[in-house]
Parts: sequence; structure tokens; C-alpha cells
Amino acid sequence: MTFSEKYKDEIADILSRYPVKRSALIPLLYVAQRDQGYVTESAMQEIAQLLRLTPPQVYETITFYTMFNLKPMGKFHLQVCKSLMCALVGSDTLLGWINSKLGIAPGETTTDGLFSLSVVECLAACGTGPMMMVNDDYYEQLTEDKLDRIVSDLRSMGTSPLKSGPFMWPEPLRSTDRVTG
Amino acid sequence: MVCRDRLRPPKAAGTRVFCVSGHVKRPGNYEVPMGVTVRELVYEHAGGMRSDKPIKAFIPGGASAPFLTPAHLDVKLDFESVAAAGSMLGSGGVTVMEEGTSMVWAAHRLMEFFYHESCGKCSPCREGSAWLVQTMRRILAKRGRMEDLETLLDLCKNIAGRTVCAFGDAEVAPIQSTLKYWRQEYVDLVNEAEAANLIRLEPAGRP
Ligand code: SF4
Ligand code: FES
Repeated sequence: MTFSEKYKDEIADILSRYPVKRSALIPLLYVAQRDQGYVTESAMQEIAQLLRLTPPQVYETITFYTMFNLKPMGKFHLQVCKSLMCALVGSDTLLGWINSKLGIAPGETTTDGLFSLSVVECLAACGTGPMMMVNDDYYEQLTEDKLDRIVSDLRSMGTSPLKSGPFMWPEPLRSTDRVTG
Repeated sequence: MVCRDRLRPPKAAGTRVFCVSGHVKRPGNYEVPMGVTVRELVYEHAGGMRSDKPIKAFIPGGASAPFLTPAHLDVKLDFESVAAAGSMLGSGGVTVMEEGTSMVWAAHRLMEFFYHESCGKCSPCREGSAWLVQTMRRILAKRGRMEDLETLLDLCKNIAGRTVCAFGDAEVAPIQSTLKYWRQEYVDLVNEAEAANLIRLEPAGRP
């Protein structure tokens, strides 16, 4: 069954929300990605046809966003933020831990198909770095110990209670923390 | 007729959420009165510096705001005061860097971000960000030449103010400001490259 047949109703619903057809591009790409874990070439072609775009227009949109995948991904997609604010507090070290624990570098997937690793730019949690996103969940203020627990939770439960919202409050102020400059 | 001054917001009214990041003890989001200084933000709210080293540099308003120096620690964080100090209040993302942080490295990290985020619609930003990032990579890898510093400034000058959106103005801020305050760090890297004879002609078109 083709992509457009399989998701006929959902596609019609999405298309009905936009006065201009091409505005539905990103929502449709999300549907395609949900189906296979990545956007297949045939899905790109179908979406182009549906929206009267050229296949390159669809492809170039995908390549702009790190949220869209162009090849099969592991069950858990680790996306480590490498922008300055996270780099100042150890995002390179975090990548090193992941590499030594899971044996993958950015762009690679473990042989059991469980974990894929990407580096991405700022995920808007600069105050709580180093951080990563696993599929759609945020994990912040990462330490080696926290990473171990997250990885083992993901293996056993498919998620981890260590995930946080994108917003965390600072720890309450202790009297010893007050310094005058 | 309404007096124009009355339509203008008071200079520093109300509170603002600052996201304090970098080398402080307690990074995070702080809602404090407008007009707080970075010194107060770091030492009274964010618990001071993580290893008690002095502050070397800070960014007062997110990646697009020019870097400032310890001489600016008492600048009030409101729109007009930060602008007068040569930066901008921007998003309220305050990034603090301790003594020992390489400013060329920091500017390069931000440039990688801007290079990735440039949408590609207009050429000064699309081509300029690629050129800037390649030049920064080269300098950082100790393969830079002295002319590269002029190239950087020239590129920055020809991107800012010449693009479709404000992203062009933003992407030049880290390089321009670090070159202004810490030019010697760039020069040192180039000197090291020259001393070690690491500079090689790199034919265009080779990845
Ligand atoms: S300046 Fe704005 S519109 Fe032009 S390429 Fe950069 S991000 Fe796109
Ligand atoms: S720099 Fe990592 S979330 Fe902003």
C-alpha cells in the first residue's frame, strides 16, 4: 500500500488545515517519518505530488532539519546538543562517554538497532547542559552516572524517569552558595 | 496628540527571565528585575563561578549578541544600557565563560551554529556563513594565515545589514566582538601555524 493510501484520512485532515497546499509539507513529513522511522524516497515523491512541489523541494526541506531522518534509525535516537553553551559544560565529554559505552560516533547506529547518535545545534536548554534529546524527550544536566541509568532504563523500559521537560528550575539556593563578587 | 515619550516603555520596568549558562555554579533560568547586572546575576543568583576562576567573557543576550568583557560586569541588563555597551539584551540568554576559555574556540562553536541554521534564502548569509565557518575552522586547526583575520572582518562587514532577515546581523556578532577584544588569541594561533609551518595551499573545491 502506498503512503497516501495508508494515511488517506490523516493526509486529508492535514491538507484541510492549510489554505496554501505547500504549508502542509512539514506535517506530512512527520507522518511519513512516523511510519518508517525515516522519510523514504517513495514517500518524498508522493508528498511532492500531493503538494505540487518538485521532489528536490521536499528533499531540501528534510535536509535543513535534524529532526528528519533520511535513513533507518535505531529505536532510540540520541541527539546531543553541541552548541557553545553545552560545549562549555562538557558536551564533547558526553559524546565520548556515549562512544565508549555504546561504540557509536555521530551518524552511526548500534548493531542491535537500538541506539543512533546525532549531534545537533542548540535545543534551547542552555541553562541545563550538557543535554540531549532521546526521540522526543529531554535529558538535562547529564553526568556519566545519569547517562548509564538512562541507557539501561531505555533498554529495559523503553523510556526513563530521568527525562525532564525542557524547563527545569535551578536547585534551591543554599546559604553557602551566596558569594559576593 | 500623544507625546511620543509617553508611548515609549520605561527604560527598565518589570522583570525578565534570564537563562544563565556556562561556567557558573548554578546555571538555569532566573526571573529578576530588569536592570540587574551580570555581576549580581552570576554571584548573587547563580552561585558564583564553578571553579572560582575569574570571568573572562560573557554574552548578555544569546548567541546573536556581541561578547562583552569583565569591564562590563556592572552594566545594567536593560535594553538601552546593554546597547550602549556595544551588545544587546536580545533573548536574555546570559552565557558566562571563565578565565582559560579560548575565545577563538567559542566564536567558532557559535559560527558552526549559525552556519547550520542559515536558511539559505539570501546569498550574503548563505555563502558568507559558509566562508566564515571555513575560515574559523582553518584558524582553529592552526592552518590560518594573517590575511584570514582581515577576510573575517571583511566578510562580517558585507553580511550585516545586507540580508533578508536579522540573522545576517546576528551571525557576525561572535567573530566581530572576539576579534575586537581578544584579537591576540587569533594572532597567536596564526603565529603557531606559521612557526610549525602548517600552512598549506588548499585548492578550492576540495572538501
Ligand atoms: S539572512 Fe535570514 S533569510 Fe537570509 S539566508 Fe540568512 S537566515 Fe535565511
Ligand atoms: S547550547 Fe545546548 S541547549 Fe542551547
